[in-house]
Amino acid sequence: MPVMVATCVIMACLLAVVGSHLPRWVVDALAILTMLGVTGGAVAVLHETGSGRLHVWLGGWTPHEGVSVGIPFVADPMSAGLGVLIAALTTCALIFSWRYLDAVGGHFHALMLFFAAGMEGFVYSGDLFDMVVFFELMGAAAYALTGFHVEDESAVEGGLNFGLVNSLGAYLSLSGLALLYARVGQLGLPQLGDALAHHKPDALVVVSFVLVMTGFMVKGALVPFHFWLADAHAVAPAPVCVLFSGVMVELGLYGVARVFFTVYAGTIPEDDIRRAFVLIGAVTAVVGAAMCAGQRHLKRLLAFSTIAHMGLFTMGFAVLTSDGVGGTAVYVMGHAGVKAALFLIAGVLLARYRTIDELDLYGVARGQRLTAVLFFLAALGLAGLPPFGTALGKSIAEDATSVAGYDWGPALFVAVSAVTGGAVLRFGARAFLGLGDTPDPANLAEAIPGEEQPEERLSGRTPITILFAVVVLLAGGFAVGVIPGLGSATAHAAERLIDGTGYSGQVLAGQPPAPLLPEPAAAWTATGVWLGLLSVVLALAVAAAGLWSRRLRWLAALTPAMRRLHRVHTGHIGDYVAWLFAGMALLVALVGLPLV
Amino acid sequence: MAVYAYLVAGYLILAGSYGIVRSRHLVHAIVCLSVAQAGTYVLLIAVGYQRGGATAPVFGSTTKPNKHVVDPVVQAMTLTDIVVSATVTALLLALAIQINKRHGTVDPDDLAALRG
Amino acid sequence: MTRLTRLILFALGGTVMAVAFVLAALDLPHFGTSYHPYRDLAVPAAVQHHTANVVSAVNFDQRAIDTFGEESILIASVVGAAALLRPSKEETERLVPDLGRTLQSTRLIGYVLLPVTLVIGFDVVLHGGVTPGGGFQGGVVLATGLHLLYVAGSYPALDRLRPVTTFEIADSVGAAGFAVIGLIGLASTGAFLGDFLPQGALGQIVSTGTVQVLSGVVGVEVVGGMVVLLSRFFEQEITVQTGDD
Repeated sequence: MPVMVATCVIMACLLAVVGSHLPRWVVDALAILTMLGVTGGAVAVLHETGSGRLHVWLGGWTPHEGVSVGIPFVADPMSAGLGVLIAALTTCALIFSWRYLDAVGGHFHALMLFFAAGMEGFVYSGDLFDMVVFFELMGAAAYALTGFHVEDESAVEGGLNFGLVNSLGAYLSLSGLALLYARVGQLGLPQLGDALAHHKPDALVVVSFVLVMTGFMVKGALVPFHFWLADAHAVAPAPVCVLFSGVMVELGLYGVARVFFTVYAGTIPEDDIRRAFVLIGAVTAVVGAAMCAGQRHLKRLLAFSTIAHMGLFTMGFAVLTSDGVGGTAVYVMGHAGVKAALFLIAGVLLARYRTIDELDLYGVARGQRLTAVLFFLAALGLAGLPPFGTALGKSIAEDATSVAGYDWGPALFVAVSAVTGGAVLRFGARAFLGLGDTPDPANLAEAIPGEEQPEERLSGRTPITILFAVVVLLAGGFAVGVIPGLGSATAHAAERLIDGTGYSGQVLAGQPPAPLLPEPAAAWTATGVWLGLLSVVLALAVAAAGLWSRRLRWLAALTPAMRRLHRVHTGHIGDYVAWLFAGMALLVALVGLPLV
Repeated sequence: MAVYAYLVAGYLILAGSYGIVRSRHLVHAIVCLSVAQAGTYVLLIAVGYQRGGATAPVFGSTTKPNKHVVDPVVQAMTLTDIVVSATVTALLLALAIQINKRHGTVDPDDLAALRG
Repeated sequence: MTRLTRLILFALGGTVMAVAFVLAALDLPHFGTSYHPYRDLAVPAAVQHHTANVVSAVNFDQRAIDTFGEESILIASVVGAAALLRPSKEETERLVPDLGRTLQSTRLIGYVLLPVTLVIGFDVVLHGGVTPGGGFQGGVVLATGLHLLYVAGSYPALDRLRPVTTFEIADSVGAAGFAVIGLIGLASTGAFLGDFLPQGALGQIVSTGTVQVLSGVVGVEVVGGMVVLLSRFFEQEITVQTGDD
């Protein structure tokens, strides 16, 4: 496992130095080959992990009598699966960048490799401080990648907003870690979990929990920590957005889940967490969907749809059962495939037409048949069309929420997927088919000035590498829904994730993992399929409503509320930090007050 | 006072964040971020302190190896973090420089490219 | 949001967090406690590996992967900042004349202290395993010491004596070197970043195994990174301009 991280770093260093002296294709090839190697490594790790856990104490500091000074890298099926997702997405993004981006020497590729190294390290790490370190590595590379097109005024602004808020989040997590360390005197996840098990949750534990989670929640773009995501996605180069929406943001949720299940599950009551995170998830989903529908800039639209989906993922996690967590994992995988494909297509549109503003693209892309087909397929996948992976994940997670007592869960899932899918479909219909009324600028968000300018102007046929990346991603999202046994494998993985005491037992004392529960019902159900089809139908209706909104008078009633919501998203860094503290205060209240 | 050092750390974090909230200049905001970070370091080092004559965790001819030293782990965490965050701050400052070039201003109130 | 609304929102959130933090601080072990379990484990482990500087032992031996992550952040930020500060299409670099005056006393102190600082920096890096210090600290001393040339002299003087490419290479070699040593450790001891060099007696300079080597490698990286970073900022400010005026 550490070899993968090391390889990324070594190659990144190499490319940073010699990249400007090598021909472009060599740099590309080296980066892609490295990531292919890492993908292979990640798959091997997944295979080795099987349904148990794989761990290695770095530096050879194996524990004696249950204590150790070292740091473990631990792969259970969930983290190993995420490791494969990270490597695969990075490879696709690099393949796409081959013809898409004009890179500065080797800097872009080096930064992408550093980014991948940070994500892989984060996923495998078994020590809280180490997780924060790799979190910051992810962040540093990401800030630079977001602002990469320095000529674009919005890009650098988005990069700074992203950088400031995420860094503050990381420092807050670090202070939470300090508090916890003072009480427990350990930094490794297994040791922390053991020490806190059956501990009374006093103010220290709650505050440290909130602080540590803040960093992860900022990364995961949960409301009200979400403002930076739309800014960053709107301006980052398309292949970078692939990684952001496909896996980086989801890693924030992974951080929350991992730390909760291994460290805090023994002390903070589950009901508290359930209540808090279901609420946060639901609010995030609604805000994301509402903002998404009002966007005219495709990448910002997709960014808000990611926020909305993150809300749904959080709800799936928040029920704290293996069905919920497993369903979320499947949903994440399917979502990664289709969202990544959508971002790449957005990149293609930008390269071809120099704009991805809905008003400017009205009817312009009418001739692009292949791109249009891929776009609509991905949009339908996003809306939850069976048998895409998104639909499978959605159905499992919906089921889990209603089983846990939240009967409104499935309705929310359907509504949010419909609204976000519908917004994307509406965009596609305007751009590729020229349907609908001329859009009314008053109803949509303001335009974003200064589009990114990829140096490769696309005309004529889309290069094969670009199409390849899009098709592979879309196929991946589709495959997640049809591979037999994936659902139950993920449910088993979720069980492993939830088993925090087993984690400490195995990593510290070498106890074998607990036997798994028999075959969970994590597969296609009739209800799931029907709800998926319902989402798609509703999405088409939402798209139609958006296209012909002038003829629907009652839609005008929503406009003032929507406008107020839009105005909250100001792009001002002071606002973001104020909301961050408000969000922390809310979480302290939600988790802490029931314990008083 | 048993908690004074911790309160100082908390105050620094809060003050740094407050600075970012009311900042009128991006460089000022980034420096406030460093202040908040400094608060984190104070907290870490304070957690590691031990009264009663504990020495630095470095052994030599005068100090034989013993356990009566301050916590070396938090010191290790802090020192690497300081150097690294200097570079991350530099990264953010580079972004601020480019913002100034493109927008002609570094006042967050005036930067409105990403509204909505 | 208006300024006032923003401040009110922060006041609400900040007050709650401040109260929560105070409550948590009251639950902390009192300042100066003797309860440090990790220290109780780390000190014997460091002594076992014959490293006199326990902080360096923690950094480069026991928690070496953390340091690996941190130094990767360092080079990633440097590469990122370099990418962000690159001259864009409409900018050119120009040579700057040797203007400006410095006080004679500044110049004297600068030139006298320059070799002293560099020597101290090298000492701190090399003795990282034995005395307080190490790659990070020594690297920063070295890098800023080098820039005494700018303070005491002028930018062109600094420019002549500081080949940026060399430092870029140093940066990357240092960062990659850390990983390579880790891999060698993997190959020879079966654990990534395992200690595979011979360890001598406590307190001697060549005693600490890989701690020394890693510290040196990190020192090289930090020097390279800091110098490259500062050079890019200097270029932005001093030599890069828009158009051709």
